[in-house]
Amino acid sequence: MTTLEANALPELVEEPRTLQSSLRAAVRWETGLVVLFVVSLIYGWSVTPYFLNMETFFFAGLNFGEVAIMALPMTLIIITGEIDLSVASMLGLSASTLGYLFTHGWNIWLAMGVCLLVGIAGGALNGVLVTRLGLPSIAVTIGTLTLYRGLALIVLGSNTAVGFPAWTNKLSLPIGGTHVAYDFAIFVVLAVIFGVALHMTPLGRSIYAIGLQPETAYFSGIRVKRIKFLLYVVSGFLCAFAGILYTFQQASSASDTGLGLELNVVAIALFGGVSIFGGRGTIIGVVLSVAVFASLQSSLTGINVSAQAQSIVTGCLLLLSVLIPNGIEMTARARARLRHRAVQEA
Amino acid sequence: MIVIGVVSIGGMAMERVHAPEATASLRDLSPDVPLLDVEGATKFFGPVKALVNGSITMFAGEAHALLGENGAGKSTLVKILAGVHQADGGHVRINGEPVHFSNPIAAREAGISVIYQEPTLFPDLTIAENIFMGRHPLRSGKRIDRAEMMRRADEVFARLGVPLSPGRLARGLSVADQQIVEIAKAISFNAKIIIMDEPTAALTDVEVQRLFDVVKTLRGEGAGVMFISHRLEEVFEMCQRVTIMRDGAFVRTAPIEEITIDDVIFSMVGRDIVSLYGEHQRSPGAEVLAVEHLTREGVFTDVSFRVRAGEIVALAGLVGAGRTEVARGIFGIDKVDAGSVSVGGVKLKGGSPLQAMSAGMGFVPEDRRQQGLVMEMSIDSNAALASITSLSRFGIIRKSSERKLASEWAARLQLKFGRFANPVMTLSGGNQQKVVLAKWLARKPRLLIIDEPTRGIDIGTKSEVHRLLGELVEQGIAVLMISSEMPEVLGVADRILVLHEGRLVAEFARDEADEASIMRAAAGQMKGEAR
Repeated sequence: MTTLEANALPELVEEPRTLQSSLRAAVRWETGLVVLFVVSLIYGWSVTPYFLNMETFFFAGLNFGEVAIMALPMTLIIITGEIDLSVASMLGLSASTLGYLFTHGWNIWLAMGVCLLVGIAGGALNGVLVTRLGLPSIAVTIGTLTLYRGLALIVLGSNTAVGFPAWTNKLSLPIGGTHVAYDFAIFVVLAVIFGVALHMTPLGRSIYAIGLQPETAYFSGIRVKRIKFLLYVVSGFLCAFAGILYTFQQASSASDTGLGLELNVVAIALFGGVSIFGGRGTIIGVVLSVAVFASLQSSLTGINVSAQAQSIVTGCLLLLSVLIPNGIEMTARARARLRHRAVQEA
Repeated sequence: MIVIGVVSIGGMAMERVHAPEATASLRDLSPDVPLLDVEGATKFFGPVKALVNGSITMFAGEAHALLGENGAGKSTLVKILAGVHQADGGHVRINGEPVHFSNPIAAREAGISVIYQEPTLFPDLTIAENIFMGRHPLRSGKRIDRAEMMRRADEVFARLGVPLSPGRLARGLSVADQQIVEIAKAISFNAKIIIMDEPTAALTDVEVQRLFDVVKTLRGEGAGVMFISHRLEEVFEMCQRVTIMRDGAFVRTAPIEEITIDDVIFSMVGRDIVSLYGEHQRSPGAEVLAVEHLTREGVFTDVSFRVRAGEIVALAGLVGAGRTEVARGIFGIDKVDAGSVSVGGVKLKGGSPLQAMSAGMGFVPEDRRQQGLVMEMSIDSNAALASITSLSRFGIIRKSSERKLASEWAARLQLKFGRFANPVMTLSGGNQQKVVLAKWLARKPRLLIIDEPTRGIDIGTKSEVHRLLGELVEQGIAVLMISSEMPEVLGVADRILVLHEGRLVAEFARDEADEASIMRAAAGQMKGEAR
């Protein structure tokens, strides 16, 4: 029956795609996010007539740019089954370093270069602790969350660094002739790069394999540790980069820059359908999640809901993103059980 | 633990052993209604038939042995009785009443207790607390009545005639003592049916004797003891009747005085190995793999052997002898402390599977679900997982090449599947194994290491895999196979290497190998010979 002779191959037929299977393929997390995004737009428009104009779009992009950028490497890290909670502290450390160096007379470009190096070093430290010492990433990055924030405090103390060159101000304005925020544009470019990397390259395939079955990945010649390490370095680098953007947008930096943002980053990734258990998630889901969050926040701000109350919405969305997939799985299992019982009784 | 199936009895004297006190009392002890009656129980795991016809009848006061090779369905039957698995068909009756256990608690309440080979006690609790876990005697205010608990534990041990102190922590108890605690727990539940799964595997002779005494006490109190063991002498010493299973089905039940060890073995094996696999004569070519003095401290020592193109070499040995560990060392999964691995005369630097893969090795691991496949990934992605870089252009995976690879190998290996995009977990065990094989064969390896090639696979696919291995070596691939199934080792391999406690102790050519001599070597009975 089995034969390795290629010329004796029998005709091979795949099962036809059924309407049911096509429908099932269409029912996925991302579809839900599209619907939710449209609903949130309609809601925003119904409560504030100014909602659907380009200003709103610009400010939403400006507000969410850094968090969205940090959510991209976070997505990849979570898919491998790890996490990086030090992202916002890294952003703060980068901002503080930039402020310190610049106010101490450094050339702004040189200072930015140092910030990016600090980001790479911070990411590498996370990576070494997780991959070489085999420590759990949640513990490691809670540690470095505090560590990097503490370093930021040492670097800049309680000072606020201001007086950056005039050109940096441009980053808080739309790109000339459009209503697109710079950091939003950068996010879109990065999202495309990350999307290609995750969904179309051997690296991306490896990332999924690591998250789903780490041993199989290793047994198949995938360099599990090296890939995880690389992702932490990329995360550190992009967080430092986001720190620079943030500083220029705000035209100031302090040691508490970006305090607590890591939770928003994780929330966006999870709400985008990235499984906290690893192995599942898409970049398009995360992009849609950013859109939903931004749109909701804009409409809530439009009707003067306070920032504190908005965090309740964020929290609820986060809980839903964990609850709904679980609920779906439980119903599926219950239905399978019922079917099984019906078959037995028949 | 002895796991080489039939082989476990190969080394012993094949004459009948008499059970001294067992026979006469049996009829007196058995009333008309059996204590436990299992009839035609079936259990399927997907398309794999784990149990086709599980049947056993046990009377009160009886010690009853359940015998069979690995995979004969003993554990599945026991797990049904323990409420861990639910039977797909058949009947279970206790004292004539039909029962069905939807969970382990239901089974326990019906009076069934299973004592596993490795007891699971809470090490930081006392023996008494372990015995009464979850149903401690209480006094007012829902507080645990410690004195009452100790008194009742003492009582149980007195009944068993074992001097264990209930106040002692479970940590540090010998396996034998832990088993006694489990038995005490069973008794305190008023268990009437006590199932012991390989209880003597880790015990010394004295401890075995004590266990037999305890079993005698239990029988005297009207309990039925089901005894699963590969040690046939003990079975003949302790049990009154035996039930033998093969390939998931009941073969026969017989009183111990009407059966010999030879009969038992014949019923357990029940097939002619040569006829199952056919004769073959191969002429191996150039040396592909050379393993020299490979050592991993405390795991295996000074292992040296060669595998040539066009031959299948089997690594045999008991579980724990270090077979899988040697394979992992060769493939670079575990670091080795000394020695070298060469492929085609080139020494590997070692330390990573990637090294071994680029030298032309493939490794089909023992644990398909954890090590061989990414269960939730699609069939084609799994088949392509080890060749993904070569299927890419400018760093982008070409989906069409991936699909082509999958469909080519699916056709060659006669894969039964729905769509390539389906997750590989939707396939049956045998077809999953074919995907793992495809994953490595697609890389055109010079050497394929294959660990337990047919574990958990239905018989039909099993022989397909065996035929495939034959075809591979005909095409000049070298195969190193690890197997715990003696028929497979004897039927498929051209040469057989035997490991005992991490050392190579014997080597057999195909025509000079038989179960008994392999077993003797695996049990460490022929050190220094044959090599």
